Amino acid sequence: MDIHSIAEPFDLQKLRRQIPLMSSHANGHPLVYFDNAATTQKPLELLESLNNYYQFHNANIHRGAHYLANLATEQFEDSRVAMAKWLNASEAAEIIFTSGTTESINLVAFSWGQQYLKPGDEIVLSTTEHHSNIVPWQMAAERSGAAIRVIPVDDNGIWDLTNLQTLITAKTKMVAVQHVSNALGTIQPIEQVIAAARAAGAHVLIDGAQAIGHFRVDVQALDCDFYAFSAHKMYGPTGLGVLYGKRSLLDAMPPYKGGGEMIKTVTFEKTTYNELPHKFEAGTPDIAGVIALHASLNFMQQTGIEAISTQEEVLRKKMQTTLQSIDGVELFGDVDNKVPIFSFVLDGIHPYDIGTLLDKQGVAVRTGHHCTEPLWSRLKVPGTVRASLALYNTEQEIDLFANALRKALTMLR
Amino acid sequence: MSSTIEIRQQEIISEFEMFSDWMQKYEYIIELGKELPLIATALKTDELLIKGCQSKVWLHASDASDGCLHFTADSDAIITKGLVALVVRVFDGEKPEDILQTDLHFVKAIGLHEHLSPTRSNGLAGMIQQIKNYALAYQLKQKQ
Repeated sequence: MDIHSIAEPFDLQKLRRQIPLMSSHANGHPLVYFDNAATTQKPLELLESLNNYYQFHNANIHRGAHYLANLATEQFEDSRVAMAKWLNASEAAEIIFTSGTTESINLVAFSWGQQYLKPGDEIVLSTTEHHSNIVPWQMAAERSGAAIRVIPVDDNGIWDLTNLQTLITAKTKMVAVQHVSNALGTIQPIEQVIAAARAAGAHVLIDGAQAIGHFRVDVQALDCDFYAFSAHKMYGPTGLGVLYGKRSLLDAMPPYKGGGEMIKTVTFEKTTYNELPHKFEAGTPDIAGVIALHASLNFMQQTGIEAISTQEEVLRKKMQTTLQSIDGVELFGDVDNKVPIFSFVLDGIHPYDIGTLLDKQGVAVRTGHHCTEPLWSRLKVPGTVRASLALYNTEQEIDLFANALRKALTMLR
Repeated sequence: MSSTIEIRQQEIISEFEMFSDWMQKYEYIIELGKELPLIATALKTDELLIKGCQSKVWLHASDASDGCLHFTADSDAIITKGLVALVVRVFDGEKPEDILQTDLHFVKAIGLHEHLSPTRSNGLAGMIQQIKNYALAYQLKQKQ
């Protein structure tokens, strides 16, 4: 059976009924939620799972010798197995639960960096990175004396790989790049970059925060060493993230945080560390969240990851055509190979003004620099309006958005 | 609180009571933003900048011989600028001690409190704080 799909024929209205927030209102209008790149809304299955855990199964995991603790541990570990299957990881121990993409990247930058980085080494990032895939590496570079090099980007927000050979060299120890641009939605050519890193003997971390909810991710097919993402961008709970890492590397890396759960034996003279994955999961984790994430995976599996991609492609096309038809819209990352994230400005109008007037009409978007300041200084724009769609959005909502945008423009011009 | 500050707040509240929907209200704010005399380009320095994550506000304060403070301000977003214009209208030409004692209640009364939320990060809350800082600094200077 294909792990990604046990889907029934796609029924959008039925699906929307599974997401309680889809029937809510904002500022007196039906909510049009186009801020899915910030966080996706949650299916009932997830909410029920969270509630079930606290109501019927609440216990700390991995230590209690009692019925409830065993039940909670089993459900927690089942979720890890399901996630390993979803990503096609070799084994469940390669799945580390963290607090989010940011912590996943910090874990690698700190722990891997401590083990592998020395003065003169190089870390390769890209211009389109989110700040959370820049700052941890700057900190690691400062600690180790390594240097940072940056893959440039073209005017459409796609990496320019012309000089990749001179960027990724024998000096490169890590290539840490995003799969999909959070600001633009563009799908980056990570396969080429991973191949170049492999050829140079460098390790690779992929920030998959904006990819994981949109299309199939197979970590073995990608052949990356680490893949980081957040549960809340794949219809899951907030405050929870995943780090996939190859066992050979995770085994070689020192622990990142000390505490309970991650130890084998502790004396004041010496502590020995636990096996994977527990070595990296000090303290009581987000048990309810991890168990509920399994429900989110079930939701995605029942919908079918290919059905998600296909449906979102319909929305992507309609939204792109709609934005292109509005006078004065300048769209960034205006290419076909993208997820439905749209960043735009309107001639001389501040994004905050657009965002405020859309909000008054029930349309939720994000405005600002989207935590990618280097990208905007390259594209010479201080910030944009970002509308980001997901599976459960509709073509009618795109029309409502377009009407609201036109009204805002009339008021502002 | 100075009676003129309170009168001006009441004036603004009455003006906004005339609007029947959000569109009229925002059209008026946008209009105010367009009418606000621009701050001199020379004053749009980083020193006078109050940086919100969303929009920027520049605030310049000067004191007149009568011991009152005068403000000019600007923003890169027109809605923020309209709100800035209202705040300037309330505080301009007032004495430092009156400014310090003012509870800026009109913003909530006209239903625009959301723009003052620190999470909005449009620079407006920072601007009001900065006006009070200027007033405090000027008051201390006078006492010396």
